[in-house]
Amino acid sequence: MTDTPLTKAAKATPPGVARKIKGLSDRAIAWIFVGPTLFLLLAINIFPLIWTIRLSFTDFKANRNREVEWIGLRNYERILTDSDIWLNMQATAHFLFWTIFFQVLIGFTLAYLINKKFKGNDLWTTIIVLPMMLSPAVVGNFWKFLYQPQIGLFNYIVGFFTGKDPSSFEMLGSVQLAPWSIVIVDTWMWTPFVMLICLAGLRSIPDYIYEAAEVDRASKLRQFFTITIPMILPFLMLAVLFRGIENFKMFDLVVQLTGGGPGSTTELTSINLKREAFEKWRTGYASAYAIILFVTVFGLASIYVKALNNVKER
Amino acid sequence: MRHFKLASASVISMCAALSAGTAQAEDLTLCWAAWDPANALVELSKDFEAQSGHSMSFEFIPWPNFADRMLNELNSGGKLCDLLIGDSQWIGGGAENGHYVKLNDFFDAEGISMSDFADATVYAYSTWPKGTPNYYALPAMGDANGWFYRKDWFARDDIKAAFMDATGRELAEPKSQKELLEIAQFFQGREIDGKTVYGASIFTERGSEGITMGVTSALYPWGFKYENTPGSYDMDGAVNSAEAVEALEFYKEFYKTATPPGYTNSYMGESLDAFKSGQVAMAMNWFAFFPGLYADPNTGGDKIDFFVNPPQNVAGSTLGGQGISVVSYSDKQEGALEYIKWFAQPDVQAKWWSLGGYSAHNSVLNDPGFVDSAPFAGDFLEAMGSVQDFWQEPAYAELLLAMQKRLHDYVVADQGTAQEALDKLVEDWTEVFEDEGKL
Repeated sequence: MTDTPLTKAAKATPPGVARKIKGLSDRAIAWIFVGPTLFLLLAINIFPLIWTIRLSFTDFKANRNREVEWIGLRNYERILTDSDIWLNMQATAHFLFWTIFFQVLIGFTLAYLINKKFKGNDLWTTIIVLPMMLSPAVVGNFWKFLYQPQIGLFNYIVGFFTGKDPSSFEMLGSVQLAPWSIVIVDTWMWTPFVMLICLAGLRSIPDYIYEAAEVDRASKLRQFFTITIPMILPFLMLAVLFRGIENFKMFDLVVQLTGGGPGSTTELTSINLKREAFEKWRTGYASAYAIILFVTVFGLASIYVKALNNVKER
Repeated sequence: MRHFKLASASVISMCAALSAGTAQAEDLTLCWAAWDPANALVELSKDFEAQSGHSMSFEFIPWPNFADRMLNELNSGGKLCDLLIGDSQWIGGGAENGHYVKLNDFFDAEGISMSDFADATVYAYSTWPKGTPNYYALPAMGDANGWFYRKDWFARDDIKAAFMDATGRELAEPKSQKELLEIAQFFQGREIDGKTVYGASIFTERGSEGITMGVTSALYPWGFKYENTPGSYDMDGAVNSAEAVEALEFYKEFYKTATPPGYTNSYMGESLDAFKSGQVAMAMNWFAFFPGLYADPNTGGDKIDFFVNPPQNVAGSTLGGQGISVVSYSDKQEGALEYIKWFAQPDVQAKWWSLGGYSAHNSVLNDPGFVDSAPFAGDFLEAMGSVQDFWQEPAYAELLLAMQKRLHDYVVADQGTAQEALDKLVEDWTEVFEDEGKL
């Protein structure tokens, strides 16, 4: 009789340990395995969350030696009635919407093209994927140079094609252009990620479905809308979920590029939250702010995941 | 027996000396910003190491991250720094939150007198509450925001003639803020040696303190006050006065009409780069950088000169500079105090100035040869006579970030009017002081 992996593991267990385990139920053994993970989860995630909720009802400042006062919902009230914070929310929504829009559009297009068999296919895939391998801080820094009005390559290229003086416009210094400048950089960096997910989706569609459609004399356009799109939709939705969550907490790239400026035009909520928590040290206020953002992301993500599951079940 | 006693005494005293030496010789860490004067301090501190037997380590943080990094260190009770040359605005928080050791008893015991240092620096860098004889730092580095310009361009006949044609007056160092703007606008977009140059590089940085330091260099000469009555926190009518509005509008006009393109987020480094690369005729920056600028092989020497921030309604310069404090969380406070005692000596202060640091010691500043000791020494003395500093309250970071936002929104991002920006600033600051229980 050959040993199964289970019997092999049983034989390998030292007799002392085996004796101790022998008296334990399956449930107890399961708890032994799950326990440490659960403990870490509670200690690192759940406890800080509960502590943050508690702090959000106080005027606590982590840098001050003074009595902490319980102020009820005042922090929440101040945040939700602060017009500047709503402007930060708008800036975040603008960034979120347009980055996802362009990344899905360009990512899917690239995936569709790369999916065709042609010479140098692998090389092109590697080249396209390069930007997402870089550090966001590095990307932010070198795009800052590219956007420089006097020496920046970006301005020169735009000037070359439009005939405008390259130093006549400032991508990072203009209120109108700065929100788009961060969208461009994030799209440049993360479109390959969306492309890879789409590529995985496209390659998972069996060829026989297209062959059957060919037999039924379905046009390429019809095949695209009735086979490709519906079958890749769960993948696209997954990409949107990943990018949405990532971009909601976007920090490093934008800080390097604009520092939230000009004025507060590109001050995303994460940048504003960091200023409140670790520069102004309004810990109670920042805790309330973090809870509001958490509830927003958690709520939106839950709705979205439900929609994603519905699409997958169809 | 006598020999035995002598030998025993010798052994005991040798052991005592050795053990005392071992206990005293410590590795002290001094924290400061990473800039030219910090390198001079490293050089200067070698004398301290030789004299005391202590060794010195240095932790220099780039300016944009200096406040963030050091305040986090202090707030977390960190032991990284034994000595900290912290910004003047931190003194309130340093004192009230127990980060800095109070130095009065030490000064009394060691005979260090604050009257040996320039009054303005003692007031700004050492005292909390402001102006009271409670000392938490020794003035270490006097500094103010000043200006430098291309002396060689100002001396060229063709440029002088063009300036005379354009303005009807001689091209020379400006005597008022409005003259300063006029000169900057004259150079803006001008062709010099086949290259387009610009008027001046000014501070517009958003993230830390840049635009506030720049704008206050216009606000102070217009007579800006933080409060109607000092110590009362009644800001309405002072912070948003007609003069303050005019000064802020002036700074915006300066930014829009006389600075190089792309300088929307510029501070010390960008100002130096703009000048050294020959892009601008003038630039604002801290006196601390002036020795390095003067020594620059391309744009220093005969090509550069310096002037104090010009007055408008009154004389006024934005205060920079720092005091040196002993961090209360340090385990090596005795060694750190020893360093301060050594640093306060007049001959050490004289060497500090000669190496490129800005001494605040009267023996250096009042020396008859001081004004001629460097091309910017006289301007430095003049500037220190009319300096004004930002709030030094424990809540200074909140006050500063509110001002950064309101100023950048108005000057760079074109949001609202100067009056609205300053009115909103009064609201922000009122809220901060209400939270602090001071209003």
